[in-house]
Amino acid sequence: MVLLGIALMVLDHRLNELQTVRSVLATIAHPIQVAVDAPIRAGSRVMESFSSREDLVVENRILRRENSELRARQLRFEALQAENDRLRALLNTARQADEEVQVAQILSVDLDPFRQQIVLDKGQRDAVYSGQPVIDADGVVGQILSAEHASATALLISDPGHALPVLSERTGLRGIVVGTGNPQRLRMRHVPPQEDIREGDLLLTSGLGGRFPADYPVARVTSVERPPGEAFLSIEAAPLAALDRSREVLLLWTRDTDRDAIPTPLPAERDPAADDQP
Amino acid sequence: MSGGTGIPWPIPLSLLAALALAIVPLPGGLPPVRPEWPALVLIYWAMAFPQRVGVLTAFVTGLLLDVLLGQLLGQNAVAMALVAYLSIQLHSRLRVYPVWQQMIVVLVLIALYKLVALWPQGLTGLPPGSVWYWAPVLTSALVWPLVFVLLRGARKRWLLHLT
Repeated sequence: MVLLGIALMVLDHRLNELQTVRSVLATIAHPIQVAVDAPIRAGSRVMESFSSREDLVVENRILRRENSELRARQLRFEALQAENDRLRALLNTARQADEEVQVAQILSVDLDPFRQQIVLDKGQRDAVYSGQPVIDADGVVGQILSAEHASATALLISDPGHALPVLSERTGLRGIVVGTGNPQRLRMRHVPPQEDIREGDLLLTSGLGGRFPADYPVARVTSVERPPGEAFLSIEAAPLAALDRSREVLLLWTRDTDRDAIPTPLPAERDPAADDQP
Repeated sequence: MSGGTGIPWPIPLSLLAALALAIVPLPGGLPPVRPEWPALVLIYWAMAFPQRVGVLTAFVTGLLLDVLLGQLLGQNAVAMALVAYLSIQLHSRLRVYPVWQQMIVVLVLIALYKLVALWPQGLTGLPPGSVWYWAPVLTSALVWPLVFVLLRGARKRWLLHLT
């Protein structure tokens, strides 16, 4: 039994052969997660229905104002997008990919307290795939670790095992942002001391890893130190996304307009030729 | 009736409840002091029905816990199987101990459980790196009397005829 267990662990860590075993087990375990999440969700819904009419009116007014503002900005954005496409066509460069988003709820269940993971209520039946980027309204949240039938586990960018290629918005300096295990803090690695980076710099996804589309905000630099005798700067950054507070996240599907591919279909229907191995 | 090896329904039910307790969100900001509910429930049943609840039950429970917690597959399963094996070995002694002495044995068993579960985490390069990792050892021992009384109640009520 112990040997079997060790074999399982080795297989799970080294190879991805156990994805099916894991997803079968997860499907069995899913009702437990739902049972734990349901009363908490019901509770927050009850709280919502008891909030006063005045509060709702105020919130509604704020949302309406915000909505019209965003729509006005959207108008400009569309014009710019069209112009951008035209210019890129003139320069003969690849067009930017189209993106689709879908809202997913975070289930209120606790996972390993020393890892940074969340469980979402969307799974393979919603075409969620492993490696998919997860964002929220403010920035990058993480990526899908494994997708089961009706749920998916996502690894947050603050997990110590997560690394994300980024670039600085101000200078275009590239780097890797890794998690620290603390949802308020990230660390930027391997930046030589002569590079130009300061407090307040915005870090965007660079798109180099191939997982995340480029130019999504990730974090803002909070401190830059030059430890004497070290080869690299010690840079800390605060994630922009509300990693430990939000109840909802957005799942991102990238659609390549050049190849006119459909948003990644269910794995069973996936075309093996067009399938990039992660 | 007695002498069978089937698993009567209160056992899986209580194990499922323990698995649910293992993922119920704690109030925010609380350090990770959650007792190891599945391991505690398993220790009790292994002690009460060593012929019925064995290493296999423990292994399957551990696997489910691995999936629920998003940990390496097999990590809790191995630890849980070991704990079940030891409690079966110790069952006749455990049964006659007073509760406070059982608490000490549980403390040692859970410490062992956490130790075995720690090893693959260290090997995969992601050790928890905090003394809080060991907090559940203490809290598990502290809630043992509660688990013991509740499950003994269930056993006396529904499973008195079984061995």
